[in-house]
Amino acid sequence: MKTNFLMFHTITRIVSFIVLSFSIYLFFAGHNAPGGGFIGGLMMAGALILLYVSFDIDKIKKVIPFDYTTIIGWGLLIAILTGLNSLLFGDAFLTQYFEYYQVPIMGEVELTTALPFDLGIYMVVVAVALLTILSIAEDVS
Amino acid sequence: MEILMIFTSGIIIAVATYLFLTRSLLRVVFGVVMLSHGVHLLILTLSGLQTGAPPLLTENADAYTDPLPQAVILTAIVISFGMTAFLLVLAYRTYQDHGTDDLEELRGNADE
Amino acid sequence: MSLLHFVVLAPFIMAIFMPFFYYKFRSVHTGWFLLPLPLILFIYIATYIPINGGGLEPVEHTVPWVPSLGINFSVYLDGLSLLFGLLITGIGTLVVLYSIFYIKNKVDEPLNNFYVYLLMFMGAMLGVVFSDNLIVLYVFWELTSLSSALLIAYWFHKEKSRYGAQKSMLITVSGGFAMLAGFSLLYVIAGSTFSIREIIAQADVVVQDPLILPAMLLILLGAFTKSAQFPFHIWLPDAMEAPTPVSAYLHSATMVKAGIYLVARMTPVFGLTVEWFWIVLIFGLVTLTWGSISAVRQTDLKGILAFSTVSQLGLIMSLLGMGSAALHFDYVETEAIYYTAIMAAVFHLINHATFKGALFMVVGIIDHETGTRDVRKLGGLMAIMPITFTVSLIGLAAMAGLPPFNGFLSKELFFTASLNVASLDIFNLETLGFFIPVVAWIASVFTFVYSMMIFTRTFTGEFKPENYKEDVHEAPIGLLISPIILASLVIIFGLFPNILAYTLIEPTMQSILPGLTSVGEQFYVNIYHWHGINTELLMTIAVVLIGLAIALNLKKWQESYFFQRERDPLNAVYDLGLDQLVVQAQNVTNMQMTGRLRDYLLYMAVFISGIMLWTFFRYDAFAIDFSNELAVPFYVILVVAALLASTLALPFISHRITNIVLLGVVGFLIALLFVIFRAPDLALTQLLVETVMVVLFLLTYRHLPEITKEAKNIWSTSMKAIVSAAVGGAVILTGLSVHALNQGTDITPISDYFIENSKTLAGGYNMVNVILVDFRGLDTLLEVLVLAIAALGVVTLIKHKMKEGEDV
Repeated sequence: MKTNFLMFHTITRIVSFIVLSFSIYLFFAGHNAPGGGFIGGLMMAGALILLYVSFDIDKIKKVIPFDYTTIIGWGLLIAILTGLNSLLFGDAFLTQYFEYYQVPIMGEVELTTALPFDLGIYMVVVAVALLTILSIAEDVS
Repeated sequence: MEILMIFTSGIIIAVATYLFLTRSLLRVVFGVVMLSHGVHLLILTLSGLQTGAPPLLTENADAYTDPLPQAVILTAIVISFGMTAFLLVLAYRTYQDHGTDDLEELRGNADE
Repeated sequence: MSLLHFVVLAPFIMAIFMPFFYYKFRSVHTGWFLLPLPLILFIYIATYIPINGGGLEPVEHTVPWVPSLGINFSVYLDGLSLLFGLLITGIGTLVVLYSIFYIKNKVDEPLNNFYVYLLMFMGAMLGVVFSDNLIVLYVFWELTSLSSALLIAYWFHKEKSRYGAQKSMLITVSGGFAMLAGFSLLYVIAGSTFSIREIIAQADVVVQDPLILPAMLLILLGAFTKSAQFPFHIWLPDAMEAPTPVSAYLHSATMVKAGIYLVARMTPVFGLTVEWFWIVLIFGLVTLTWGSISAVRQTDLKGILAFSTVSQLGLIMSLLGMGSAALHFDYVETEAIYYTAIMAAVFHLINHATFKGALFMVVGIIDHETGTRDVRKLGGLMAIMPITFTVSLIGLAAMAGLPPFNGFLSKELFFTASLNVASLDIFNLETLGFFIPVVAWIASVFTFVYSMMIFTRTFTGEFKPENYKEDVHEAPIGLLISPIILASLVIIFGLFPNILAYTLIEPTMQSILPGLTSVGEQFYVNIYHWHGINTELLMTIAVVLIGLAIALNLKKWQESYFFQRERDPLNAVYDLGLDQLVVQAQNVTNMQMTGRLRDYLLYMAVFISGIMLWTFFRYDAFAIDFSNELAVPFYVILVVAALLASTLALPFISHRITNIVLLGVVGFLIALLFVIFRAPDLALTQLLVETVMVVLFLLTYRHLPEITKEAKNIWSTSMKAIVSAAVGGAVILTGLSVHALNQGTDITPISDYFIENSKTLAGGYNMVNVILVDFRGLDTLLEVLVLAIAALGVVTLIKHKMKEGEDV
C-alpha cells in the first residue's frame, strides 16, 4: 500500500519527540511531583507505540535495535541490586538513602538511591508494554 | 459525594459480574477490566474524597488526601494492565486453536 | 536443648546420613552403620532406671516452639516413658541387627530407603513417648503412621504391600485426626494448656466438664486405631506384607503399643470417669476374644501372629480399663487387688514385646530359609532347624501362658485382675462383672490353641521336601542372635520376675496411677510363681486341658464354615467404604466441575455476595449515613452520568469496536474522576494505561471473532441479572457501611505516618511515589516481577505455538 502519510509522519516526529522528553522529565520529577517509574515508563511506551503505528515496525526496529525481553531482565536486575545495596550497610533489603549536594550551576541537587530503583521499574514497564504490543502486532496467522 | 461514588462503583462491579457470566470470551476480558475499574474507585472512595490537597508536600497544605490508597491503586492499575494483556492474548490464542470463543463450546470433558 | 531432646532427634539426624553411607560404602550392609545408634540410645535411657529401687524422679526439659499457642517441645521422662523408651531402642537394636541378615545387600535393594524409614519411625516413636505436649505428641504420632505405611510398602512392586500400606495409613491417620480434635477439646477444657502434666494436675476439675466425653471418645478413637483394637484391627493383618523385621518392630513391639501408651498416659485424667472404665475394658475384651478366635482361622504364620498381636493388645487394653478402677480407691498396701490390673498390664507389655518379638523373628527365619509361611505346606522342621525350634518353643509356651515362662506369670496376673474387678462394688460390677473372667478365660483357650497350632503344624509332622523351593537348613547365626536374646529374656523374666518389679514396673505404675500413694511411698510389687491352689491356677489348668482337646481336634473344627474364611469379614466394610469414597468423590466433583467457566465464576459471585450479605444480617451491620454528604458539584454528576451510561451500555452492544471504544471511554472518565479526587499520579497512570490498552484491544481485535450472540433464554438472562445485581448490591452495602463507620469513629489513618515522614525519611515530596519506591519498595519490586511474568507469558503464548495435533 503506497499511500502518502506526509502530514501524519511529520506530526508524529514532532509529537513523539515531545512525548519522549516529557517521559524523561516525568521520570526524574517522580520523587517530588507527579510522575515516577510507572508513569514515565508508560509515557515512553506510548511515544514509541506512536512511532511504531505511524511508521513501520521493521523501520523502527532498525532505529531501536533493542530486545525488549533483555531489557525486562536488566530492569529487574537494577531494581534488585539497588535493594541489595542496603544490605551492605546492615539495613533491611530495599532501604533507600538520599543526600543533598551543592552543584555549581544547578544549585542544591538531591541524589537518592530510589532513582536507580525507579529506573529499573521504568525499564520493565517500557519493555513489558512494548513487548506485549509488538508480539501481538507481529503475530500473523 | 462518597455515597454517589459507592453506588457508581457498585454498578460498575455489577456490570462486570454480568459480563463474566456471558458466553463470549472477549466479554469476560471486558469484565475483568471493568471489575478493576470498579474496585479502584471503591478503594479510593472509602478513604475519603477531597479531604485535602493532593498528596504532594510541595502544596504546603494543612491536610492531604490519603496517599496510601493511591499508591495501592497505582500498583493495581499497572498489574491489571499486565493481566488484561495476558488474558487478551490467551483469549485470541484460544480462538485460533479451537476455532471458537464460545465458552459453551469450549467446555472440557465431563471426566476432567 | 537437653540430652533427652537429642535422644528424640538423633534418629532423624542419623537418617540424613543413611543415603550417604549407602552409596559411599556400597559393599558394606548399610545396617551396620545404623546399629550403634539404637544401642547407644538404649544405654543412655537405661541410665535413668532406678536400680536401687528408690523410685524414679521425673525429668523434664522444655524448648519453646510456638509459645504463643502453648506448643512447646517438652520432653518428659517418667516411668511410662522410660519403659517405652527402653522397648523402642532395645527391640530397635535387635531388629536392626536381625535386618542386616534378613534383607540381603543386593544390587536393586533400596536399603537406604529402608533404614531412613526405620530411623524416622524410631525418632517419631521416641518423640511420642517422651513429649509432654499434646500437639508435639500428635505430630510424632502421625509421623509413626507415615513411616509405618512407608515400611509396609517397602516392597512396593507387590500389590498387596501397597494395599496394606494404604489401609494402615487411612485407618491410623483418620484415627489420628480424631485424636487431634480430642486434644483440641482437652485444650479448651483444661484452660488453654497442651501440657499433659498440667492437665493431669487438674484432672478432678477437668472431668467435671461436659465436653469430657466427646474429648475422651475422640482420643480413644486415635488410640484404638493405632493399637488395632476391634473393629479397627483389620489393618494389622494386611500390614504383614512388610519385611519381617518391620513386623517384629512396628507391628508387634512398638508402634501398635502407641495406643496403649496413650491410654495409659491419659488414665490419670479420664480414668476418673465411669465411661472410660467400660469403653476401654469392653473394647479390650472384644479385641482379645475376636483376635484369638480369628488367629485360629489363619494359614499364614505371620497372619496367625498378627491376629495374636491384636488379641494380646486387647488384653493389655482391657487390663488398663480394669486398672482405672483403682483410681477410685485409696491405696492400701495389703489390698493389692485394686492395682493388680495395672501391674499386670505393664508386666504383660514387657513380656509381649519379648516373646512376640522372638516369634516374629523366628517366623521370619522360617520364611527366609524355606521360602514359605503357609502352615499347610510346613511341617517337621524340628529336626532340621533345632535352634529355631527351641526359640519358638520358648516363645510359644510363653504366649500360651505355660510355666515357668514370663507369659504364665502375666496371664495369672490377668486372671487375678479380672477376678478382682468382678468382685468390686462400683460401677454395677457386682451384677455385670461376672462376664469379665469368663471372657478372659475363653480368649486364653484360643490363645493356647493357636500357639499349639503353630507348634504342631510347623515343627512336628512330616517333612515334605517337595513343598520347598530350596534346600532347607538351619539359619545363619546372625539371624539367630536377636531371637535368642529375646528368648533368653523370656526365660529370665519368667524365672526372676522381680528384677523388673522396682526398676520398671513400679515407676510405670506411678505414672499411670499418680497420687494414689503418698510422697515417697511405693506400690507393693511382688510377682510369685506359686500362689497355692486358687481359682487362677485352676483356670490355667482348664485352659490347658480344653485347649489341648480343641487343638487335637482342630482338623474337624477347621472344616466348619466359620473357619474356612481366612479374611476378616470386617474387611468387606473397609473395601466397600474405600470404593464408595472414590465413586462418591467423583460424583461430587463432576457435579460442580462442569467445565463451564461461567459456572465457576457464578460460584464465586454467589459465594462472595452471599457471605457478605449473610455477615450483614448476622451482625446487623447495616449502617447507612447520608448526613455528611456534601453537595455534589454539577461537573461530577456529569462525569458520573457519562460513566454509568457507557458502563451500562456494555452488556447490550455486541459490536466489537463499539465495545472497545466504550471501554476506552470508561477508562478515560475514570482518569478524569481521579483528577477530580486529587490523585494526580493515578490520573496520569490511568490515562496512559488506557491509551496503551486501547491499542492493545485494537490489535487483538483482528484476531478475534464477532461477539457471540447470547442465547435468548429468559431464565438464564434473568439469573445473570439477579446474580450481578446481588454482587453489586453487596458491594454497595459494604461501601455504605464502611463509609458510615468512617464518619462515626475517629480512626487515625495509617497513612499519617507516610505524610509525616516522606520528607524526612525518604527525601521526597510526592508521597505516592515515595510509598512506591521507598516505604513499600518490595511490593513494587514484586509488582514489576508480575508484569514481567505476564509479558513473558504473552510472548510464550504467541511465539511458541503447538504443532498440529500436539496437545498439552
